[in-house]
Amino acid sequence: MRDRITAVRRNVLARHLFLALVGLLVVVVVVESISDYRNTQLASMAYLGIAAGGLTVLTGTNGQLSLGHGALMAIGAYTSALLLPDSDSSLPLSLVILAAVAVTLVVGAAVGLAAARLHGPYLAGATLALAVAVPGIALYFKETLGGEQGLRVVMPDIPVWVLDLAFFVTGQDLSRSRYTAYVGWLTLIVVFVLLANLSAGRTGRRWRAVRDDEVSAELAGIDLGRARVSAFMVSAAAAGAAGAILAFTVKLAAPSAFTLTLSLTLLAAIVLGGLGSLAGALIGAALLTFLPSVVTDVGRSAGLSDIQAAELAPLVYGLVMVAVILLAPAGIVGSLRGAVQRSATTRRTTSPTTTKGTAS
Amino acid sequence: MQQFLNTALSGLTLGMVYAAFALALVLIWRSTRIVNFAQAPMAMLTTFVALVVIDAGHSYWLGFVAALVSGLVLGAVLERVVIRPVEGKAEINAVILTLGLFIVLHGLAAVVFGNRYRSFPAPFGLEGLTVGSTTIALNGFGIFTIVSVLVVMGLLVALFRFTDVGLRMRASAFNSEVARLLGVKVGAMLTLGWALASLVGSLAGLLIAGGSLVHPSYMDSVVVFGFVAAVLGGLDSPLGAVVGGLILGLSLSFVSGYVGSQLVALAALVILMLVLTLKPGGLFAQAAERRV
Repeated sequence: MRDRITAVRRNVLARHLFLALVGLLVVVVVVESISDYRNTQLASMAYLGIAAGGLTVLTGTNGQLSLGHGALMAIGAYTSALLLPDSDSSLPLSLVILAAVAVTLVVGAAVGLAAARLHGPYLAGATLALAVAVPGIALYFKETLGGEQGLRVVMPDIPVWVLDLAFFVTGQDLSRSRYTAYVGWLTLIVVFVLLANLSAGRTGRRWRAVRDDEVSAELAGIDLGRARVSAFMVSAAAAGAAGAILAFTVKLAAPSAFTLTLSLTLLAAIVLGGLGSLAGALIGAALLTFLPSVVTDVGRSAGLSDIQAAELAPLVYGLVMVAVILLAPAGIVGSLRGAVQRSATTRRTTSPTTTKGTAS
Repeated sequence: MQQFLNTALSGLTLGMVYAAFALALVLIWRSTRIVNFAQAPMAMLTTFVALVVIDAGHSYWLGFVAALVSGLVLGAVLERVVIRPVEGKAEINAVILTLGLFIVLHGLAAVVFGNRYRSFPAPFGLEGLTVGSTTIALNGFGIFTIVSVLVVMGLLVALFRFTDVGLRMRASAFNSEVARLLGVKVGAMLTLGWALASLVGSLAGLLIAGGSLVHPSYMDSVVVFGFVAAVLGGLDSPLGAVVGGLILGLSLSFVSGYVGSQLVALAALVILMLVLTLKPGGLFAQAAERRV
């Protein structure tokens, strides 16, 4: 039995699938036990988490910084909105998500090809321009993309088998917001398993090699351009799926949802959690979803007006982001992992000279 | 023909502002190798300072000076307190840090000044001047814009060329180690560089706000345009930044006038991608060395 458990722990795919199963159970328990309002929040956390997961693979694993992920999410959201114009559309949501992913993948390939030649501030500036430019396209093509008001997303009826299954498992009727939360979190789990597997395998090793040392990577036979573009495409695909979930949750695809703030927020999420860590991306997404209401309450009780208090949240996570870069560049997960490793090495060795932080 | 002329004239005015903003980015890039994405909210914050002064019943000019002075102070303080620890470290950290500052300053302005549009006065008429019997798209404020940017550029050139401080600043930007050996206080020079850049950025903010609306995010697209202008000029050359700003202002004005104002940012993106793929060192690059 013990051997079998170690075997499962060693096998990357088995480990990820096991974690996914545990995650699924947790999701079912949580979604069923909270209110509809909280479920909408949970769905928001899902789309932030998916996008942040994609971004953290790009930035943490491959070293490319993208401020354009808000724009890529917009492409996914608009694709979904165009596919779900009224309640007559019989397209299953899974196909809508796949279509959103496919369209974003194509755009991501184009952006990635350009981005592969850039680094550091140049890449940041170029993707920043993308984030600012994309909402303008929706404004320009008013007829098809709805202009300032945006496109309404009409969710199709919940399929009967899903209703039956939900009743069979939980004994409760499935409400619409619960359904959206399930769709979001199922997508998140699938995306995270794929991302985790990719970055644990050969592809991920190549991405990291390119990040750490271009020359050595090239000497080892890695095609720099291909590694960069593939990382960007994978990341963009995740952003597309996130955009689809956003469209399902908000039931609207409008330019005002995809401002520069969204892209910066995603960056804040992955920096808070720790670059390159999927768990960190999830923690970051959770902070971004649930921190605002807490901070707003604190602000209100400190004597700020409602409008002022509502603006406190970005201020707080901006400050935290600056503090993280200055004090703990490895983020929450990275710092914890570093601390654990440090204490483990201290326990194993007597010489204190070997206790070197390995968080990076 | 008249539309062409008017588009060109408004492009010229806009180009001067982009040039000023690009100059602010270039000043910081030259001294610390950091692209200061927080320049936009910094300028926004100082413009709000001016608005507070003006709304308190003081003259436009007092507000103008207050904004420039607060820009100077803000730049110096941010460099000293926040940026100094990451100077010379991994470039991705510096980029993330300036973006974090971006969010912080945004949030600060929204909390203190409110997240709504407020109108900002202009010291000169906004009516187009009349030449003969036709009205052209150049107003008093436009002329003020062009003149003030030119004056600031002239002062900067004079500072860098003819003064001792300017020489020291150039030395610390060129080679900080040698400069330090020769007794230049490099840290102080970097702080001064940030302060000056922030002042120029504040000027750009004031000029964009004049006779228009201000809002915590009204400068967001300007940082993109300023960056594109700076890259057009090679990111390293102040003169290049000015020329890049003018070229960009004119091109964007034509896109806005003949295609649609919604696509201005997209046009800036296209220009940026063209420059970065065809001439990564900027329009005036000589030696082709890997830069991007």
